[in-house]
Amino acid sequence: MRFGKREILKDLTCSLRGRAIGLLGPNGAGKSTLINTLLGFYKPTHGSARVLGSDIRTETRRIRSLVGYMPENDAFISKMSAVSFVQMMAELCGLPPSAALERAHEALFCVGLAEARYRELGTYSLGMKQLAKLAQAIAHGPKLLILDEPTNGLDPSARQRMIRMIADIRDSRQLQIVLCSHLLRDVEDTCEEVLILNQGRLAHYSNLEEERKANKRFLELETYGANGDFTEAIEKLGCECAVMANRLKMILPDGVEVRDIYRIAAERQVRIRRLNFRRDTLEDIFLKAMGS
Amino acid sequence: MAVYRRTYTSYSGPLTPAWSRSLVLLRYSRRKLFQSKLQTALFVLCFFYPLACLLVIYAAHNLSFLQGFGGVAEFVKIDNKFFLYFIEVQGVLGFVLTAFTGPGLISPDLANGALPLYLCRPFSRAEYILGKASVLAIMLSQITWIPGLVLFAVQSSLAGAGWAWDHLWIAGSMVLSSVLWIIVLSLLAMALSAWVKWRVVAGALLLGVMFFGAGFAQAINAVLRTQVGHFLNIVYLMGTVWTSLFRVDMEGKITPSEAWTALLIYCAICLALLVRRVRAYEVVK
Repeated sequence: MRFGKREILKDLTCSLRGRAIGLLGPNGAGKSTLINTLLGFYKPTHGSARVLGSDIRTETRRIRSLVGYMPENDAFISKMSAVSFVQMMAELCGLPPSAALERAHEALFCVGLAEARYRELGTYSLGMKQLAKLAQAIAHGPKLLILDEPTNGLDPSARQRMIRMIADIRDSRQLQIVLCSHLLRDVEDTCEEVLILNQGRLAHYSNLEEERKANKRFLELETYGANGDFTEAIEKLGCECAVMANRLKMILPDGVEVRDIYRIAAERQVRIRRLNFRRDTLEDIFLKAMGS
Repeated sequence: MAVYRRTYTSYSGPLTPAWSRSLVLLRYSRRKLFQSKLQTALFVLCFFYPLACLLVIYAAHNLSFLQGFGGVAEFVKIDNKFFLYFIEVQGVLGFVLTAFTGPGLISPDLANGALPLYLCRPFSRAEYILGKASVLAIMLSQITWIPGLVLFAVQSSLAGAGWAWDHLWIAGSMVLSSVLWIIVLSLLAMALSAWVKWRVVAGALLLGVMFFGAGFAQAINAVLRTQVGHFLNIVYLMGTVWTSLFRVDMEGKITPSEAWTALLIYCAICLALLVRRVRAYEVVK
C-alpha cells in the first residue's frame, strides 16, 4: 500500500483465523491503513487480500456487507436520535425497516444505551458516542467486527465497560473480532491472537495463549523449611535453580510439571508459601517484536 | 420488539435489494428536512403560484366577461410565454428552497465524520451522492415540471385536443428546462455543501455564486468590453437556454448552444468536486 512516494504497508503476508485478533503497533505503524485497505477505502498498489473469502479488489461490496466497522474518530450524525441513526445504518446494510428498527433497539440495549436511545447523538458524552458507534457496527449482525481504537478517550470505568462488552460479543461466538489499538492492555484483555505491525511490516504474529503457555516454564517459589536437600532434589529433575534466601527461581525442563515440585516438597516436608509462573506479558512480546 | 435480548445476536432475516439502498438515504433526509417548520412553510409557499396559474387558466376559458376586456384577455393568453414565465418563477422559488435545503445535505455528515459509516457498508459513493441528490431532485420536481405538466393538462383539457397536439413541445420544454435547472442547482448545492462544513456558510456561498457571479460577470463585461463575462453568470446562461427551449425571441449575447455547453461544464466541475470530497478518508499524499 503506497500513498504517493511513501510505502505504508509492505511485505505483509499472513493469515488471520482467530476469534479475536488484536492489531498492535506504535503510532504510524499502518494499523488503520490496513483496516481501511481491507474495507476497500484504499486500493492496494500491489498484492492481494481476502476477507472472509472475498477478494478486497473485486468483492468490496460483499466484504462490506459482512463486516461491522467502528471507526477511530468521531463518526455520527448530530441531529439524529441514536435509535434512528442505528436503524438507518442497519437499513443501509440491507435490513428491511421493521427489522432494522428492532435490531437498532437490541444493539442499543446490548451496548448499554437503552435509556438514552431517543436522545440526539450530538448531546452524548464521548463514551456514549463510542458506544453508539459500536451499536451501529453490530446492528446488522456482521460476521466480522473491526474495531479501530474503541477505547480512545474513555475514562477508566467506561474503558472497562467497553472491554467487557467486546469480550461478551467475542464470547457469543457469532462473529470474529479485529481490534486495532496501541493500548496493549485492551488487546491483552480481549484478544486471543495478536498481529504486531512496525513501520508497515509484520513484526510479530502469535497466539497469545500459546505464547503464554510457552513461557510457563519460569517458576518462582517462596518456601519455608527448605534446605540444600530440597534444591538438590529439584536439580536432579533437570531444573536450573537459583536460590535467594527463602526464594527459589527455576526453569522447568520439558517433561517436568509443577506437581513434581509439590511432590518433592511434600516428601521433604517443605512448605510452599507462594508459587508464581513468570509469564511473558503482551508488553514483553510487543517489546521483543519492536526490538527484532 | 425483542428488546429483552441484551446480548449480541446475529441476523439471518431477509435483505432488501441492493438498488433500493439509495432510497433509504432519501427517506431519512426528507424526514429530517420537513422537521423544520420554515422549510415546510417555504415548500408550501412554492405551490401558491401554480395555484394562481391554475385559476388564470380556468378564468381564461370560463369567464365570459374577460373577453370584453381585450387587454386583459391578451394578458392572460395561455401560450409558450405563459409557461416560460411559470418555469422562471418556480425556478427562482426552487433556488430559494435549494439555498435552505442543499447545504444541510452533506455538510453535517462531513462535519461529524459520518462518511466512513456510510461507505463501510455495501453502499457506494455514487449511491450516496445519488441518494442525497434525489432529495433535491424530487423536491424541486414537485414545484417545477410536475405542476407545470398539471397546468398543461388543464389547459389542454379546456382548449381541446388540437391545442394540446400543436403545443406538445411546450410540455417537453418544461420538463427539459426544469430538469436542467434541477441538475445544476443540485450539483452546485451539494458541491458547496461538501466543501464547506458549516451549513450557513454553504448556504451563503450558494447565494454568492448566483448573485455575486452575476455581478462579477457584468463587471468583466463592462471593464473588458466583452461578452465573455456572461459565461460566469449561471442565471443568464439558464435564461438563454430556457428562452430557446420555449421558442421565445431574445436579444442574446451568447448562443443557446454556448449556454448549454457552459452549463454542462459547470455540472462536470461540481460533480468532480463532489466526487473528490465524498470519500471515507482523505488520502494525504
